[in-house]
Amino acid sequence: MWDYTNKVMDHFKNPHNVGKIEDPDGVGEVGSMACGDALRLMFKLDENGRIKDVKFQTFGCASAIASSSILTDIVKGMTLEEAAQVTNKSIVERLGGLPEQKMHCSVMGQEALEAAIADYYKRRGGTPPQIKRGTVVCTCFGVTDEEIRKVVQENNLSTVEEVTNYCKAGGGCGGCKAKIAELIDQVQGTRSAAGGKRPAKPARLTNIQKIQLVQETINDQIRPALRADGGDIDLIDIDGNKVIVAFRGMCAQCKMAEFTMSEVVQAKLREFVSDDLVVEELKD
Amino acid sequence: MDNIIFLDNNATTRVAPEVIEEMLPFLTDRYGNPSSMHTFGGSVARKINEARERVASLLGCEPDEILFTSCGTESDNTAVKGTLAMYATKRKVVTTRVEHPAVLATCRDLERQGYSVHEISVNRGGQLDMDELGIRIDDNTALVSVMWANNETGTIFPVEQIAELSKARGAVFHTDAVQAIGKIPINLKNSAIDLLSLSGHKLHAPKGVGALFVRRGTRVATFMHGGHQEFGRRGGTENVPGIIALGKACQMAQKYMEEENTKVRLLRDRLEQGILSSCPDCFVNGDVTNRLPNTSNISFEFIEGESILMLLDQFGICASSGSACTSGSLEPSHVLRAMGVPFTAAHGSVRYSLSRYNTVEEIDFTIKQMAPIVNRLRQLSPFVQSGV
Repeated sequence: MWDYTNKVMDHFKNPHNVGKIEDPDGVGEVGSMACGDALRLMFKLDENGRIKDVKFQTFGCASAIASSSILTDIVKGMTLEEAAQVTNKSIVERLGGLPEQKMHCSVMGQEALEAAIADYYKRRGGTPPQIKRGTVVCTCFGVTDEEIRKVVQENNLSTVEEVTNYCKAGGGCGGCKAKIAELIDQVQGTRSAAGGKRPAKPARLTNIQKIQLVQETINDQIRPALRADGGDIDLIDIDGNKVIVAFRGMCAQCKMAEFTMSEVVQAKLREFVSDDLVVEELKD
Repeated sequence: MDNIIFLDNNATTRVAPEVIEEMLPFLTDRYGNPSSMHTFGGSVARKINEARERVASLLGCEPDEILFTSCGTESDNTAVKGTLAMYATKRKVVTTRVEHPAVLATCRDLERQGYSVHEISVNRGGQLDMDELGIRIDDNTALVSVMWANNETGTIFPVEQIAELSKARGAVFHTDAVQAIGKIPINLKNSAIDLLSLSGHKLHAPKGVGALFVRRGTRVATFMHGGHQEFGRRGGTENVPGIIALGKACQMAQKYMEEENTKVRLLRDRLEQGILSSCPDCFVNGDVTNRLPNTSNISFEFIEGESILMLLDQFGICASSGSACTSGSLEPSHVLRAMGVPFTAAHGSVRYSLSRYNTVEEIDFTIKQMAPIVNRLRQLSPFVQSGV
């Protein structure tokens, strides 16, 4: 049994804005019967270009219906520019959360909205502000590389499983999992190169700040890499710019220890804490 | 949780009051260990023997052919892996595409260990391809494992015939009879079946107890090493209350078999006919002539199973669905997909499974709720052209 919020259950049991519009300005259809869920969304604008009326029809589970319903509430009264900013996260937040495995229901809402807006521009012979393109990665569910990049970026995802939960990609035959992992690396790599995830390196540190930052960097950046090879590292002392550490486990007997010390430990600490740090290994 | 209408008896069942009464003393005063040398423990051992006799009586086998386990899944694992361990030179297993995961996942794990596993197909009606079966079972086949009745559709397979075929080719035959036990008559006396799994909580005993029938002379490796319990084949102190409960449940199943096949069957048919005649665009899945008396699997086109279940839940009606609207699985139900049920209908399948505790009032109430629920979801569905 899914742990749905009361909000999800309310919108599932009494969905808002169900049905069709006679003469819509834009229609978006996503999903299919084979995928297990599908959504048709249509809207009509008023004279000021705001969404006056919006209706939906959904084939799917309780969270798919609730996501569609709340989406219509969110966009009603918005201009198309405002509506284009609505993401699956807005849907999830307004519902008070969705189970991880049901995140794709919120993504379906976002996709239908994008499709409906694109349809509006197409009907008027124009091109929508952004057109989603890309090549299909997951052939089972027809998910493109651009869509995968987008969910990874917007929801800060780091594993293939999370991507599957959000947009279904990889949930069928699983043949595209390696490609998804590659896309995650690309997005998250760009992010860390752009400094998105990492706090900016402070200009000046007090001693206590420096000690904390060194410890954090060892815990988050260095230790996981060493543990992957059966080793570990402990912070022994900090004396001015000198950081004294001790290798444990496999690292302690490793022939590559010296290399690891300069190329991994020192490099990381300089990158994250301060450029003038020197790392020394405690020999017992 | 008042006013529950429980139509999910293939998932689990209510523990019969008589069963609770029978097991209760072994949770309170009579806590002795059946292996002990004193009368306090020894009297418990006698009750376990009585339970073994009761299970054997339901199956038409000898008491020493019954090994108590912790659940159906343990029985299945023991049967499959325990057989292969005894036939080191044979590297092949034959099973079906519609088995319960307890067998299917075990076989797929064996595949990773280098065994070749053949999963036999079924047709649209859920019946096994007997020709394919005949071709696949050969001299290199250590084990054939085919369920007695399917948990999702209730379709009954010709296991006796397959057992004969396996025997002729020198393969051991195992059947997962978890859904069949207590619902249809079974007699292993003059049968070629070597191994059979059953589970307590599917026939009104509590969860946490099962059994494996091992025909005398059939070789199965010890699965759990330990003490001399269960003839040394499954060590570990017995789940005494559970085993006694299973014995009582089997005794009652024997007594109520007639009722299962008359009263329960009539209720099931009433439910099925009531739904089919009040809801358009729906149909029954599986082999309706060779079917468990308590099961009905109905596909409702254009709508999704989980939504149906959630709306039934509002009325306290418990059923289940072959739909898995989780991102991790494309196939709505491996059983319905193996049968070739189209996606349009497989996503909207609901399984109703009854027991002798259901009443006509419950069935009529359920029928009354179905049409409005189906109509309401179809009004939401983009696949229905005009409002229903």
